Amino acid sequence: MEIFWFILIAVVLAIFFVLDGYDFGAGIIHLFFAKKEKDKEVITKSAGLFWDSNEVWLVAAGGMLFMAFPTFYASVFSGFYLPLIIVLWLIIFRAIGLEFRGQFKYKMWKDIWDASFGVSSLLLALFFGIALGNIVRGVNLGGVENGVSAYEGHYFFLPLWDSSFSPLSETPGIIDWFTIVIGLISVVTLAIHGANWIILKTNSSINYKLKSVIFKLNIVLALLTLFSIILWQVVNPDSLDNFIDKPYLLVFPVIYFSGLVGLFFIKKIKKDIHGFLLSTLLILGGITSSLASIFPVILPSIHNVHEPLTIYNTSTTEYGLSVASIWAVIGVILIIIYAIIQKRLLAGKIDKMDYGH
Amino acid sequence: MEDMLFYDRLQFAFTITFHYIFPQLTMGLSLMIVYFKWKYLRNNIEKYNNAAKFFMKIFAVNFTMGVVTGIPMEFQFGTNWARFSELTGGIIGQTLAMEGMFSFFLESSFLALFIFGEKLMGQKLHFLTGFLVFLGSWASGWFILATNAWMQHPVGYEILDNGKFVLENFSALFSNPWLLPAFLHNQFASVVTSAFVVASIGAFYVLRNKQVEYGKLFLKTGVIFGLVSSLLVAFPTGDWNAKNVAKFQPAAFAAMEGIFETEHAGAEIVLIGQPNMVEKKLDNKIAVPNILSFLTYQDWNKQIPGMDQFKKEELPDNIPALYYSYHIMVGLGTIFIGVMALAFFFLWRKKLFNLKPLLWIIMFLVPFPYIANLTGWYVAELGRQPYLVYGLLKTSDGISPTVSSGNTLFTLLGFVALYMLLGLLFLVLVGKTINEGPKPKTH
Repeated sequence: MEIFWFILIAVVLAIFFVLDGYDFGAGIIHLFFAKKEKDKEVITKSAGLFWDSNEVWLVAAGGMLFMAFPTFYASVFSGFYLPLIIVLWLIIFRAIGLEFRGQFKYKMWKDIWDASFGVSSLLLALFFGIALGNIVRGVNLGGVENGVSAYEGHYFFLPLWDSSFSPLSETPGIIDWFTIVIGLISVVTLAIHGANWIILKTNSSINYKLKSVIFKLNIVLALLTLFSIILWQVVNPDSLDNFIDKPYLLVFPVIYFSGLVGLFFIKKIKKDIHGFLLSTLLILGGITSSLASIFPVILPSIHNVHEPLTIYNTSTTEYGLSVASIWAVIGVILIIIYAIIQKRLLAGKIDKMDYGH
Repeated sequence: MEDMLFYDRLQFAFTITFHYIFPQLTMGLSLMIVYFKWKYLRNNIEKYNNAAKFFMKIFAVNFTMGVVTGIPMEFQFGTNWARFSELTGGIIGQTLAMEGMFSFFLESSFLALFIFGEKLMGQKLHFLTGFLVFLGSWASGWFILATNAWMQHPVGYEILDNGKFVLENFSALFSNPWLLPAFLHNQFASVVTSAFVVASIGAFYVLRNKQVEYGKLFLKTGVIFGLVSSLLVAFPTGDWNAKNVAKFQPAAFAAMEGIFETEHAGAEIVLIGQPNMVEKKLDNKIAVPNILSFLTYQDWNKQIPGMDQFKKEELPDNIPALYYSYHIMVGLGTIFIGVMALAFFFLWRKKLFNLKPLLWIIMFLVPFPYIANLTGWYVAELGRQPYLVYGLLKTSDGISPTVSSGNTLFTLLGFVALYMLLGLLFLVLVGKTINEGPKPKTH
C-alpha cells in the first residue's frame, strides 16, 4: 500500500511539473526572448489560460502526501520552512503578473506585470530544482551538531544557506553548490519545455528562433546533467547503488536521456507536439530518476545518528491507506475524463482566444 | 514557546481570514449562476445568459484569488503546524486530499470550459458545465467542513501508543453529527454573501441609471436569494449549530453567550454587553431572561452551565473575542433578514427600484455579509480553543517544533504586505468588471 501511494503521489507530482512546468518555462522564455508586444501578449496568454488548473495538481499532490505520509509532510514542510513560504509568495507574484497584464493598457504597467511573471517563473523553477537537490542530497535530520540532536530524529530545520555553501558541511543549508546545479538544470529544462509549449500553442513571431534556443539550451542541459552526476558522486558515493541493485529502475534515466537526445533534433522535428513530448520526457525522467535513486528512502539523513525517512516509517496505517486507495482510483478516473473533455474542446493555438476577463 | 504559538496562530488567522473572502463568494455565486443559466434555458431571454456570463467573470477572479491564497493554507498545516499534521494527517489528510481530488479538478476544468466553450458546445452543455462548477465548489465546502467537524467533534479515530490519531472508521468522518448542520449553515451563509453582492451591483446600476435593465434583474434575484438564504442561515441551521455547541462544547457555549455565572432557573439571552474578564461579569448588559434556555432546550427553566462550572484550562483562551464574534454574527444575521424582508416587500409592491434610500442601504451593506461569515468562523475556531482537536490535542502541542518565532514573524509580515497588494489589485479588477457591466460590447 505504501508503494502504491508513493507511486501515485510521484505521478501526480510529475504531472504537476509537466503541466505547471510549461507555464513556468513560458515565463522564463518571456523574460529573455520576447521583445515585441504581440509576442509578449500571446506568451502570457499561453500560460495565463492554464496556470490555475495546472496548480490544482500541486494542491492534489500536497493533500495526498499529507494523508498518506503525514510524518514526512510534517517534517519536510517545517524543515524547509523559508523556501516553501517564498515559493508561495512567488506563486502569488506570478499570478498577479498573469492576471493583471491584460487589464491595463499602458506599457509602464504591462512592463511591471511582465517582470513579475517572468522573474517569479524563473525563481520558482530554480527553487523547485533546489528542493529536488535537497531531497536527493539529504538533510541534517534531528539537527545534529557535535553529536547532539536538537530535535527528534524525524524533524529538522534548514537555513537558506550555510556559510560554506557546501553539501559536505555538517549542517548544509538549502542552497549549496550541489543544489544550485540541480536548480539550474530545472531552470534550463523548464525553459526548453516552455519554449516547446509556446511553439505548440501560439503563432508568436519568435517560434522559429525558439527552435535554435531549445537546441542551445539542450547543449547546456547535457553539460549540466553530466556535471551534476559527477558532483552527486562527490556528495554521495552510493548514489547509483539503487540502479545497480535493481537494474529495472534504469528505465527512468533512459526516459530522461531519450528526451535529451531527441531534443538535439528539434530543428528537424515537423510536428510541434513531438518537441513538447520530448521535453515532457525530460521532466518525467528527471523526477522519477531522482526518486528512484533513493527509494524507498524519501528523505536521506546526512549522518548516522538518525535513520532516513522512508515510505515505511512516515506512512499512516494500512486501513487509512487502503480506504483512500478506493476513492483515489475513482478520483483519478474522473480527472482523466475531465482532462480529455477539456483538451478536446480547448485544443489548438490560443492566439485568438479571449482571455475571459 | 509562547511567542511561537502566538505568531503561528496569528499567521494562520490572518491568512485564513483573507482566503475565506473568496470561497464564500464563489460557493454562493455558483448557485446563482446556475440559476441564471437555467432561466435562460427556459425562457431564452439573452439578459439571463449575459448575467450568468458576467457573474462567471467575477467568479473567475475570485477563484484565482482563492487558489493563490488557498495553497498557503494547505502548506501551513505542514510548515507551521507540523506536530498537528504528524499526529492527525492520517485522518484530516483524507478529507483534505479528497477536496483536492473531487472538487478542485471539477471546479477548475469546467470553469475554463464555461468561460471559453459556450460556442463550441451549445447551451445545454454550457449549463451543465456551470452546474459542475457549482457542484465542485460546494463539494469543496463539504470536505473542508468535514475536516473542521472532525476537529470540533472527533469521531472514527483511534489513538496509537505514540500519540498518533489514525483512522478507524472512514464513513464516520461523513456521518459526524457536527458536519451536516455546519455545512448547511456555512453554505447558506455563502449564498447570503453572493446574494448581497448581486443585489448590491444591481442597486449600483439602478442608482447610477446605467445598464438599468440588468440592475433590476440583479436586485430582484439578489433580494429573493438573500431573503431565503438569510432566513435559512438563522433557522433551522443556525439554531441547529447552537444546539450542537451546547451539547458538544458546553464551555464554548457559555463563553460565546457571555454566561459567567450559572443561573438556576433558566438562562437569559444577552443582547449587548462587554465581557469584563477581571470581575467575571458583563458590563452594561442588556439581556432577556429565560430565552436562551428556551431556544436551546425548548424549556424556559432548563439550567445552562455558565463559565463558573468549568476549569480555566477547559475554557476558550480568548473569551471576549469569541463573545464579540458570536454577537456580531448573530446581530448582522438579524439585520440581513430585516433588510431583505423590507426589500422583498417593496419588490412585491413594485416600488423597490424607485426607493433610493433602500437601494443605497443595499449597496453599502455588501461588506457586512463577509464580516458575518468570517466572524461565524471565528466563533467555531475560538470556541474550540484551547484545543486543535476538541478535548484531545491542545493547540500549543500542535506547532512545528523546529520553526522559530523569528521566522514565523518574518513570513507573517511578508504575507501581510503581499495580501495588501493582492487585495488592492483584486478590488481594481472587480471594480473594472462591474463598471463595464454585463451588457456585451458591440463590435
